[in-house]
Amino acid sequence: MKTNNNIWLNLDWATVLLYLLLVILGWVNIYAAVYSEEHQSILDAGQKYGKQLIWIIAGVILAIMVLSVDSKFYAAFAYHIYAVTILLLIAVLFLGKEVNGAKAWFEFGNIALQPAELGKFATNLALAKCLSQFDFKIQKMRSYLILVALIAIPSILIILQNDTGSALVFAVFVLVFYREGLNGMVLFWGFAAAALFILSLVLDQFKLLLFLLTISVAAYGVLRQSVKEALIGFMSIIGIFGITWLINRLFSLDGKPMELLVTTTLLATVLVVIYGILRRVQQVWRILLFFIFAIGISMSVNYFYKNVMAPHQRDRIDQVLGIKIDKLGKGYNVNQSKIAIGSGGFIGKGFLKGTQTKYNFVPEQSTDFIFCTVGEEWGFVGATVVLGLFLILLIRLVTLAERQRSQFSRVYGYGVACILFFHIAINISMTIGLAPVIGIPLPFFSYGGSSLWAFTVLLFIFLRLDASRTENLR
Amino acid sequence: MDVFSKRKYLVIGLFSLVALIIVTRLFYIQVLDSSYKISAASNVLRREVNYPARGVIFDRNGKMLVFNQAAYDVLITPREMKPFDTLSFCRIVGVEKGELVNEINKAKIFSRYKPSPIIKQLSSQTYAVLQEQLFKYPGFFIQARTLRQYPSKIAAHVLGYVGEVDQKAIDANRYYENGDYIGRSGIEKAYEDELRGVKGISYKMVDVHQMVKGSFELGRMDTAAIIGKNLVSTLNGDLQAYAERLLSGKVGSVIAIEPATGEILVMASAPTFDPGLFVGRERSHNYSKLLIDPNKPMLNRAITSSYPPGSTFKIANALIGLEDGVLQTVRFSCSGPASTPIKCTHNHETPLGLISAIRESCNSFFWQAFRAEINHFPTPAEGLEAFRNSLLEIGIGKKIGGDLYGETSGNIPSVAYYDKYFGSGGWNSLTIRSLSIGQGELLVTPLQLSNMVSLIANRGYYIDPHLVRSILDIDGSQDSIQFEKHTIAAGLDNYEMIAQGMEQVVESGTARLTAKIDSLIYCGKTGTIQNPHGEAHSAFVAFAPKINPKIAIAVYIENGVWGGRYGAPIASLIIEKYLKGRIASKRQHFEDEMVNSDLISTMKLEGGD
Ligand SMILES: [Zn+2]
Repeated sequence: MKTNNNIWLNLDWATVLLYLLLVILGWVNIYAAVYSEEHQSILDAGQKYGKQLIWIIAGVILAIMVLSVDSKFYAAFAYHIYAVTILLLIAVLFLGKEVNGAKAWFEFGNIALQPAELGKFATNLALAKCLSQFDFKIQKMRSYLILVALIAIPSILIILQNDTGSALVFAVFVLVFYREGLNGMVLFWGFAAAALFILSLVLDQFKLLLFLLTISVAAYGVLRQSVKEALIGFMSIIGIFGITWLINRLFSLDGKPMELLVTTTLLATVLVVIYGILRRVQQVWRILLFFIFAIGISMSVNYFYKNVMAPHQRDRIDQVLGIKIDKLGKGYNVNQSKIAIGSGGFIGKGFLKGTQTKYNFVPEQSTDFIFCTVGEEWGFVGATVVLGLFLILLIRLVTLAERQRSQFSRVYGYGVACILFFHIAINISMTIGLAPVIGIPLPFFSYGGSSLWAFTVLLFIFLRLDASRTENLR
Repeated sequence: MDVFSKRKYLVIGLFSLVALIIVTRLFYIQVLDSSYKISAASNVLRREVNYPARGVIFDRNGKMLVFNQAAYDVLITPREMKPFDTLSFCRIVGVEKGELVNEINKAKIFSRYKPSPIIKQLSSQTYAVLQEQLFKYPGFFIQARTLRQYPSKIAAHVLGYVGEVDQKAIDANRYYENGDYIGRSGIEKAYEDELRGVKGISYKMVDVHQMVKGSFELGRMDTAAIIGKNLVSTLNGDLQAYAERLLSGKVGSVIAIEPATGEILVMASAPTFDPGLFVGRERSHNYSKLLIDPNKPMLNRAITSSYPPGSTFKIANALIGLEDGVLQTVRFSCSGPASTPIKCTHNHETPLGLISAIRESCNSFFWQAFRAEINHFPTPAEGLEAFRNSLLEIGIGKKIGGDLYGETSGNIPSVAYYDKYFGSGGWNSLTIRSLSIGQGELLVTPLQLSNMVSLIANRGYYIDPHLVRSILDIDGSQDSIQFEKHTIAAGLDNYEMIAQGMEQVVESGTARLTAKIDSLIYCGKTGTIQNPHGEAHSAFVAFAPKINPKIAIAVYIENGVWGGRYGAPIASLIIEKYLKGRIASKRQHFEDEMVNSDLISTMKLEGGD
């Protein structure tokens, strides 16, 4: 068939090779992670590496199937796939099997399927379809709402399955929207909110308020492009605080430092408002808005953290932020994982020589913590090489996305890159204590058919689209 | 056409930035921070100590005095424990629930990942029951050790005991670690290095469940355990058991030496205890019970207690006088109980020579002999100094044991002592006359008394008394231990004179009623030691036979009334048993009397008055 020949010629073989390389490296590390003297045959189907090998082969067949489908199919049926996935996500809540406290699995005999994995590429397809409509303008409020809804529906269903980690992945689509023209300020506020979230937990109230005041004044200076005005701002705040303190002492008012700072803040705000009205300085309002937003966030963070989050989620965040250090209890996994990776040294202990992973000190070492085997047996060099391969893949995907003629393919491509990025960044970060343990797999590496197939389908749909990049799909 | 296409650089920039942060972090924990390597090693490496069996101790005839028996410690790894039926566990091992919970908590505090012992020294019977049920208690495992076992329950003081090392011992010798066992007294202590062997250390790789997965670096760091060496003791186990039986109900000691070799045949102290009490789970309970016993059963009175020697000391006095050449031919008069300045205990021929004086235990004679010995020198001080040196030379007033743990030296008052008391030149032989009859400030150990008669028996030498004959090497060869020989050349005739006197003590003197054995010519000397706190102490020293002696013995019985009352029968029974193999029927009643007499409860009754 003519079209088929075209596909194999136009296929981006560099990405296919990267994919195969990563899958094989992953399999080698799974072998090392579960290796024991008793089971040495690489084809033992009773062992995890034996099963993974079967799943890799199945994955390759799946990839070929995905490539064989006409590219127009994905654009045409994007919403249908999305709808079916949502139905599956609802169904699993009632019919699913509970594993590790998450009701997220369908079981068909030997094979377990996780609809949440389908959710990633289905949502990606739906978003691509939605964004590539003629009349779709991302700047409109109505468009925002549609996009948010497309993401929110699967996220909430996945959260209901008690699989918060997988749900968090959907947040990464904001990067795709940014590429498609989302106002940069949304991204900025998003990051600012995340930073504030962390600061509110780490700093006490006094320090946080001091920090926000400082940042606001500095930001004002930047906006006005004037060091002088920033300095005046600082001096004024210090002056007001001095006067408040003096009054407190003179009249023995017994005010606590926090109360004095709050008074100072209120007085300064009043002065700033008067200044802004009198001088008609536009930047004042932006800074004021930022400041109130920040105070609001930090106040709600504490409420959210204490009243909404589940204790185990709080523990994971506490571990990463160093608020609580508990190497034996909640922090056990991360601590053992850091020990395994840290003990790898510069060049690693060598293939099958990793004692920490081989002797099961690292929990979930073939799934979520597979990177420990890489770090322990191949050292800093090996870990960097794997990370480098992932980065090359991501950059390659962005480059491929940019060369698409149709916006549908480009959005989908960016979605693939961003989903992979989120998994890679968070998974590796959690093994070295940089991110909370939210239990998401390392793409192509982690043991498990469901996630391997999901990433394979996700990636190869894009490669199929890319092979027909000159077509205009909607 | 696409105004936002430049934003791809921001996206790629973000990807790269995150990758850079991760690489930096990896560099920090993998290359810069070495603490993870140490943690990894402590996760995986388990240092295993292989305790070698402690050496066995035999008596001189090859009879086992102490050997090893397997015992079992229960250890837990807190992290692997699951809730279990504490009640049935407690029932199996026989501990209180509170105690068990307490020990488990201690183990948890120590480490949640490393095993620590919670119950020590279970018997093999309990072990057998527990082993079958162990699957019900995940996180529990059992480690074998060896414990001392005493087949005949004798010689507790001689053998000593083994206990866990204390911090002092650990600081003194880096070989020891917490939890090791060490000899604490007796032979166990004196021969600790030979008996304990060398423990082996091996490093094992373990998985997270503490299951051994293999050796570390192919075992290159491992050392093999070396088994402890066996010892052949000088004790005669049967005779020791007999002596302990004769001492029952009394406070005192028996010590018997083979004169020719200095080998201790019997070293018994009463009251005694079952050495097995210091083994096993009841150990500390038993220990504290023995510790508060007013009769101090843990005290080895044969070498640790020192007493005034009383009349047994007249032998030393006689030997010194003969050495000085002042006693060979003299005859001193005695007025019996009317004698001054020291009364004699009974009437007898007068004047009398040395041999008769020993037979009659004549205080007058030995006071005059002592005065002659002191006055042999220009000043009393020089006289006493010479007297004291002579005593030290024959092994009185100093430690003489070759390998004894816990020996005391006794005391001979020095010139400085009397100078301090009476002023320099303020005293003379009369002032210190009680020395002549072995009373006053003079203190000797029963060991020194037995060694003194051993010297007479040998007619001029003694070998440091000792408890171990030889060390058995693993290959079966025997290493005999040599002990120092001390020669006191006082002239054979002089020794014969003393022996003659001592023979008459047994034949027709102070001990004739209770010590005489048919067709055995041997030599003895009684001692009755005045005791301001109660009944006089009873002492008897002897060697037998007179010609070519095989045994020298000292018996000292606290509150034993007089020398012939308990000392002489006990000593003569031991001699008879040793040389004849059995007690003559007409002397059987002595044995019964000794075994059945109970001075301890009598003393208690007196104390109640
Ligand atoms: Zn007399």
